[in-house]
Amino acid sequence: MLEIKGLTAGVEGKQILNGIDLVVPSGEVHAIMGPNGSGKSTLSYVLSGRDGYEVTGGSASFDGHDLLEMPPEARAAAGLFLAFQYPVELPGVNNANFLRAALNAQRRARGEEELDSVAFLKLARAATKKLSMANDLLRRNVNVGFSGGEKKRNEVLQMAILRPKLAILDETDSGLDIDALRIVSEGVNAQRGPDFSALVITHYQRLLDYIVPDKVHVLARGRIVRTGGPELARELEETGYASVLAEVA
Amino acid sequence: MSPSSTQEREALQSVTQSGYKWGFETDIEMEFAPQGLSEEIIRLISAKKGDPDWLLAWRLEAFAAWRKMEEPHWGLLHYPPIDYQALRYYAAPKRKPGPKSLDEVDPKLLETYAKLGIPLKEQAVLAGVAAETEAPAQIAVDAVFDSVSVATTFRQRLADAGVIFCSISEAIREHPDLVRRYLGSVVPAGDNYFAALNAAVFTDGSFVFVPRGVRCPMELSTYFRINARNTGQFERTLIVAEPGAQVSYLEGCTAPQRDENQLHAAVVELIAEEDASIKYSTVQNWYPGDAEGKGGVYNFVTKRGDCRGARAKISWTQVETGSAITWKYPSCLLRGEGSVGEFYSVAVTTNHQQADTGTKMIHIGANTTSTIVSKGISAGFSNNTYRGQVKVMPRAHNAHNHTQCDSLLIGDKCGAHTVPYIESRNATARLEHEATTSKIADDQLFYCRQRGLTEEDAVNLIVNGFCKEVLKELPMEFAVEAQKLLAVSLEGSVG
Repeated sequence: MLEIKGLTAGVEGKQILNGIDLVVPSGEVHAIMGPNGSGKSTLSYVLSGRDGYEVTGGSASFDGHDLLEMPPEARAAAGLFLAFQYPVELPGVNNANFLRAALNAQRRARGEEELDSVAFLKLARAATKKLSMANDLLRRNVNVGFSGGEKKRNEVLQMAILRPKLAILDETDSGLDIDALRIVSEGVNAQRGPDFSALVITHYQRLLDYIVPDKVHVLARGRIVRTGGPELARELEETGYASVLAEVA
Repeated sequence: MSPSSTQEREALQSVTQSGYKWGFETDIEMEFAPQGLSEEIIRLISAKKGDPDWLLAWRLEAFAAWRKMEEPHWGLLHYPPIDYQALRYYAAPKRKPGPKSLDEVDPKLLETYAKLGIPLKEQAVLAGVAAETEAPAQIAVDAVFDSVSVATTFRQRLADAGVIFCSISEAIREHPDLVRRYLGSVVPAGDNYFAALNAAVFTDGSFVFVPRGVRCPMELSTYFRINARNTGQFERTLIVAEPGAQVSYLEGCTAPQRDENQLHAAVVELIAEEDASIKYSTVQNWYPGDAEGKGGVYNFVTKRGDCRGARAKISWTQVETGSAITWKYPSCLLRGEGSVGEFYSVAVTTNHQQADTGTKMIHIGANTTSTIVSKGISAGFSNNTYRGQVKVMPRAHNAHNHTQCDSLLIGDKCGAHTVPYIESRNATARLEHEATTSKIADDQLFYCRQRGLTEEDAVNLIVNGFCKEVLKELPMEFAVEAQKLLAVSLEGSVG
């Protein structure tokens, strides 16, 4: 369970999150919507521990771990996964080697046995097949020369292999055509279960037709200003954020 | 060198030194030449080595040439003047005359090499590698300690194949005609300042001769160790591959951790006849100096290969992580028609290290091709320069060179420089040059850490990815070692 209380944070002295309260119980998928500049990406970076994001108050815990006290790799080992809005290229680093190193680093940190290359490849191939992705995605260098859609699919493939307990998807739908959107959504839906929860950050209602959330939150000016069911997303799609923002102001 | 100081030093090192793990000193009784350089000293070294007259004459000629030369300063390197008269030019462990078998080698020396992970037992392979390869490859080793070779392994098995692998001193005694025929034929005695110095005072090194049509049955390697204080190491390596012969050779180097600088000026000459191929790999890990830039080896090396016959091939692969100063340009003279030259290099500089390294590819014959792949990694306050020359002579029709030159920066206080010299005197030549400079970006590190890798693992992964094209050229047994060495060299360079 992810539990955020009164979280305030910013970058370079500028406060962006103005007191976030949010609970995502295990097994649930929550969507976070909001206009540009409302703090959506900042929230995902603060939760995953990126340098340069300064927490000034409040708390965030996940399954009893105090997230804000942990380095990013420890948060990953505790089960937190961030699907990046702009996945990063690692020239010369083979995707399969990267994933195996990452998976084994997490397993080591959790005191589990590491996977040898044979066992890993079996796991990775199965995940690739399940997501209808080409096997050569594993052989290529991490995100190098990938199209926008391939990069997002690669994020979902990594998620399928690392099997996080909490996935934060930061505008994973941006730049995706309808087929890629379906594949990515299926990848997320395949993870759903009692031990998996997700925070899906998006601008558009479209993604939520495929990944149906248990709850929708509207983030504006660094605060959650409304919470509702899936119907809230459709309402926003019709009326825009203006009405919500007017309520806050 | 009192016996007690060694132990103290080691204890201190285990506390203060995480980076350089080869910095210990061996306490062994040594024989030295007096300080300084003169004709008298050269005669003394020559007498110690039992040189034939022609070699003494060659040394004296080189010395006369050296005295008229000036130390080159065109490299992007800054260091205080070297006092050549303050150095010793000969240091050797004392021993009874002529210990020939391994059993007779001083146990302290065997211990030193064991500590360095270098096997001087014939059934052994490099430490740390045995567990990872199912059928351990056998590697013949020549161990050079300060000025002399102390042991060479697998000589009999090599001799059965017709391969000569021994110290160059021994080669001068046992195969004088061969040595005389080839010595200085690629790097003449007066070639450059450091090569002339080497020719005057060289004391040992390795000699390899692979006869016509023979494929050398195992990897050959030489391990160079500087131990004595204020002593230069001047080794000379000569490798000859007769027509159709093939050989792969690797050299490794370490030195104790000292506050003063140590001078190393080596010469390597390779000769590949028709259809012969020589693969020469280096893992250079001389002491790089401490975090403040104090101490470290000054490495001024001349390495040149001569593709004398048609279709000859010479391939240089180097992984350079050590030395305070590196000045080194392994080169190929592509004379034979269709001959091939290759240069694959990884140079890592951290703290206050300075490296000015690269290659020269001189296309003389027709249809000659050369490939240059250089990867420079700079961290800390270091400076890393690639300096390379590609020259196409008038008769080198259809010569082809491809150069790929990449720099990776870690942090914002280091420098990367690329200085290519390209000269073509034949219009049919095709010359390609690509260069990139990149930085390990914060977003790359965060991406890796978000997936569960520590920052150091992330740097290693990115660096190894960056160097992959070069590391895959190393003999497999050494590629693993080289990767570990890169990791150790860059320890703590981020954050």
